[in-house]
Amino acid sequence: MTESVAVGPAISSIAKQPRTLWRDVARRFARNRLALLGLIIVVLLLFVAIFAPFLAPYPYDKADFSKVLRFPFTDVTHPLGTDEVGRDFLSRLIYGIRTSITVGLAVQVIAFGIGLPLGMLAGYRGGMVDFAVMRLVEVMTAFPGLLFAIFLITLYGGGLEKVILVLGITSWIGPCRLSRGQVLTLREQPYVEAARCIGASEIGILVKHMLPNALSPLLVALSFGIPAAIFGEAALSFLGIGVNDPLPSLGKMVGVSGSYVRVYWHVALFPTLLIALTMLGFSFFGDGLRDALDVRDTR
Amino acid sequence: MARYIIGRLISLLFVVWMVSVITFVLVHSVPGGPFDEQKQPLPPAAKANILRKYGLDQPIYVQYLKYIWAVLHFDFGIPYQVPTETVASLIRKTWTVTFQVGMMTIALSFGAGIIVGTMAAYRRGSWLDTILTFGATAGITLPNFVVALWLILIFSNSLKLLPSGGWSEPNNWVIKPIFSKDWIMPVLAYALAPFAIVARYTRASMVEALNSDYIRTARAKGLRDRTILRRHVLKNAAIPMVTALGPVIPDLLTGSIFIEATFRIPGLGKYFVTSTYNRDYPMVMALILIIAVLWGLTYLITDLLYTWLDPRVRLGAKGA
Repeated sequence: MTESVAVGPAISSIAKQPRTLWRDVARRFARNRLALLGLIIVVLLLFVAIFAPFLAPYPYDKADFSKVLRFPFTDVTHPLGTDEVGRDFLSRLIYGIRTSITVGLAVQVIAFGIGLPLGMLAGYRGGMVDFAVMRLVEVMTAFPGLLFAIFLITLYGGGLEKVILVLGITSWIGPCRLSRGQVLTLREQPYVEAARCIGASEIGILVKHMLPNALSPLLVALSFGIPAAIFGEAALSFLGIGVNDPLPSLGKMVGVSGSYVRVYWHVALFPTLLIALTMLGFSFFGDGLRDALDVRDTR
Repeated sequence: MARYIIGRLISLLFVVWMVSVITFVLVHSVPGGPFDEQKQPLPPAAKANILRKYGLDQPIYVQYLKYIWAVLHFDFGIPYQVPTETVASLIRKTWTVTFQVGMMTIALSFGAGIIVGTMAAYRRGSWLDTILTFGATAGITLPNFVVALWLILIFSNSLKLLPSGGWSEPNNWVIKPIFSKDWIMPVLAYALAPFAIVARYTRASMVEALNSDYIRTARAKGLRDRTILRRHVLKNAAIPMVTALGPVIPDLLTGSIFIEATFRIPGLGKYFVTSTYNRDYPMVMALILIIAVLWGLTYLITDLLYTWLDPRVRLGAKGA
């Protein structure tokens, strides 16, 4: 039995070349200018994050106390100026992007790693499993926004790994709810029933039959989860409880800038611009993906 | 209906109880406590004395039961940071600040959002509509501390028009004068995201309502535009708006930690961070419990409003 994943809504029998779901999606995505802009920004950010050591003119932690808080565009050796301990600002920004992207991706791995199996199992099994998982989700929702993350971080301390862990632990609810809902709607489908009849295993049904059919909304949720995690890291670091020195983080740079902003505008302007660019890029990309995949309401 | 509400309240109680257990266990599971002697070493006898005074020498379940017993009598204890006050009075004091900022933000974002969203829905394809559809994403995704810093850079640094923050303690004022310049930037920065959300939802639900058959019927009957808007469009458009926007409100009332940090406003959010930092157990517990209750109640009220606005919806049925 060939499992055809490609059951796009617009497949017609008279298509000249075989149309797959993904080719349709790519075509619709490419027609959306804002989505393309988002894609370009995302690719650029990924490029900068991966090749940060080659792009940055200085190591991110090299301080030069004879050149503290230089303004940008005044010194050829430090084109974007220096920070409060004389570190090259351009290099800090480049590595800051790396931190953001790392957190954004790693947090989603954890969030989906917990939420996806839990949600699918809850939706498929129903009964006690479903009840327990949903009560857990309810309790987690009672800690709104970042409060629980802030709470955990202040208890267990900051640092890149802990930020990732804490944000991952607090953001699995979305994927969990979503995958549960997907499984609930797919559970009654004839092909699932058929698979059950021929004795397919539970895991087999969930992974081979349901997951591919629930892929679109999950992908969209993933693409929105990444900027949410990036925001989470920036926010924690902004409060001074996120990534530890000397590792740069855009959020931390913004938080620190509060003390200098009245004179040294560049320490506030550049990191805020980059955060804005990152958030917007990922959001445009996510919006475009949602429209291209024709997914309604995933949050 | 009554049965449904009671069921929901019981599940809310369960959630709040679980939240209290989790918070309590987490807070007490971490090594170190509020009276660690990094700053001033204490003789062991004195430390034991302090621990006994605050009940920290007892087993954790005894501490928890005692705490819950006190909370049930509305006694949230004494904050370790400010032993001369009670947790309740400290929260009341800081919440007045946060509450005022939150109310102004709600007024601005919901007021302006509904107006702009309605206008955009009526004049689809106009410049206002274009700005809204493109600008809303920006408004929603930009972190408010980023917007706040931009405002500071523009209005404090360059134009030197507005103060960049640093409010006095609320002891000096109970209700801050509405016409104080201090309000402008925090409220603007804070209101942008909810404004964008409200405007986008208003536009979407208005467009859907405007395109429906009953509006066409109303037009065909020769009703005035204004009557149609008030009696038919707004009421139907309000249904999706309520579910989407209700949860925004407790968020705004509990305050943005980031806005309060950026503009140095002595509100609830700032206290949450310093309290967790200082291991101020009673303060942290109280804040988290309050927020959990507030959220649960908002969701309940939102769902009830939903049935009231749309009689077709039956609560308590499967999936509700």
